[in-house]
Amino acid sequence: MSGVKLVSVWAVPVFVSLVLVVGVSRRVQVFDEFLAGAGDGLRTCVRVLPALVALMTAVSMLRASGIIELLVEGMAPAAGLLGIPPEIIPLALLRPVSGSGALAMLENIYATYGADSLAGRVASVLQSSTETTFYTITVYYGAVGVRRTRHTLAAAAGGDVTGIVLSALAVKLLLG
Amino acid sequence: MLNVIWVGIMLISIAAGAATGKLEQVTNALLGGGEQAITLALTLGGAMCLWGGVMRIAEKGGLTALLAKVLAPLMRLLFPGLDPSGAACRAILMNMAANFLGLGNAATPLGIRAMNELSQLNPEPQSASRHMITFVVLNTASIQFLPTTVATLRLKYGAENPLNILPAVWLTSLGAAAVAIALSHLFALPNKKPQRQASASRRKAKA
Repeated sequence: MSGVKLVSVWAVPVFVSLVLVVGVSRRVQVFDEFLAGAGDGLRTCVRVLPALVALMTAVSMLRASGIIELLVEGMAPAAGLLGIPPEIIPLALLRPVSGSGALAMLENIYATYGADSLAGRVASVLQSSTETTFYTITVYYGAVGVRRTRHTLAAAAGGDVTGIVLSALAVKLLLG
Repeated sequence: MLNVIWVGIMLISIAAGAATGKLEQVTNALLGGGEQAITLALTLGGAMCLWGGVMRIAEKGGLTALLAKVLAPLMRLLFPGLDPSGAACRAILMNMAANFLGLGNAATPLGIRAMNELSQLNPEPQSASRHMITFVVLNTASIQFLPTTVATLRLKYGAENPLNILPAVWLTSLGAAAVAIALSHLFALPNKKPQRQASASRRKAKA
C-alpha cells in the first residue's frame, strides 16, 4: 500500500515542479503562459456545458427509472454462463453510465460480500480497468461540437464488454 | 447519432419509470439533471484552468515535445497519418500520461485540449474523424497503472492485500483497450464517403 500512497501523493507535485523548473530555466514567461492556458480551459468548459446538461439529465433519468435493475435480473443467467459473478452485474451496467454511481455500487459490493470475495475482487478489477464510457464520449465530443460520433460507441462498447469478461477471467487466472 | 441516443434514453427512462412505478424519481432526475451538470462543470472548470495553464508552460518549455519524440513509434501505430511531433499528438500524450498515473481530473481537461487540436485537423467538423474516434476509445478504455481509488477502498474494507489485483487490472485494461482500438481501426476500414454525404443535408438541418 505504501507504494501506491507514495505515487499518489508525489505524482502531482513532482510533475508540476518539473514543468515549472524546466519552464523557468528555458526563460518561459510562466505566469503569463499559465493565464493564457487557463483562459483557454475556461472557454472550453463553457462550450461543453449545454451538451453536458442535455446528456447528464438523460443519464440521471435512466438511472432513476429502475431499468438497470430490470436488466440485471434479465442478464444474471447469461452472466453465469460466462463465469461472471452475478453480484457484479449491477456494477458492470452502471460503470459506463455513472462514475459516482459505480463507486457507490463498488462500496456496496465490498460491504455485502467482502473486498476479498470473488465478487469483490472481480468488481475491483472491473472498476479499475474500465471508464465512464458514456460520460467520456459526451464531454469529449461535446467540447468540439461533433454531432456524428460514427463508430465510437460500437468500438467503446466492444472494449467495455471485453473488460467485463476479462475481469472475471483474470481474477480466476491470476488470483485463483 | 447523439440525437437518437439522447431521445432514446429520455423516452426509455420515462416509459421504464412509468412501468416500475418510479415516475416521480424520473421527473426529479429530469428537473435536477441540469443542476448536476452545472456543478460538474464548475468542478471541472477549476481543473481545466489549472491544467490548461500548466500544460501551456510544459509546451513552451519543450517538455511535451520531448515526450512526443520518445513515444513517436507508439503514436504512429495508434494514429497512423497523424504528425507524431504535431500539437495534436503532444496533447494526446499528455492526456495518456495523466490517465496512466490515475490523475483523472487532470486527464479530462488535457483530453479536451487534444480533441480541440484534432478538431482543427478535421475536414468535417460536425463528424468525428478517425483519430478522434481512436482517441476517445482509448480514453473510454482507461489504461491505468495504479488504481488509487479502488486500492484505498479495498484497504478500507479490510482486503488482505489491497494491491494483489494489480496484475489482473493490467491484463484486463490492456485487453479491453486492445479490443476497443482494434475495433475502432476495423470499423474505419471501409470508406463510407457516399453515406456521409447523404447525411450532410440532415446535419445542416440540425445546425
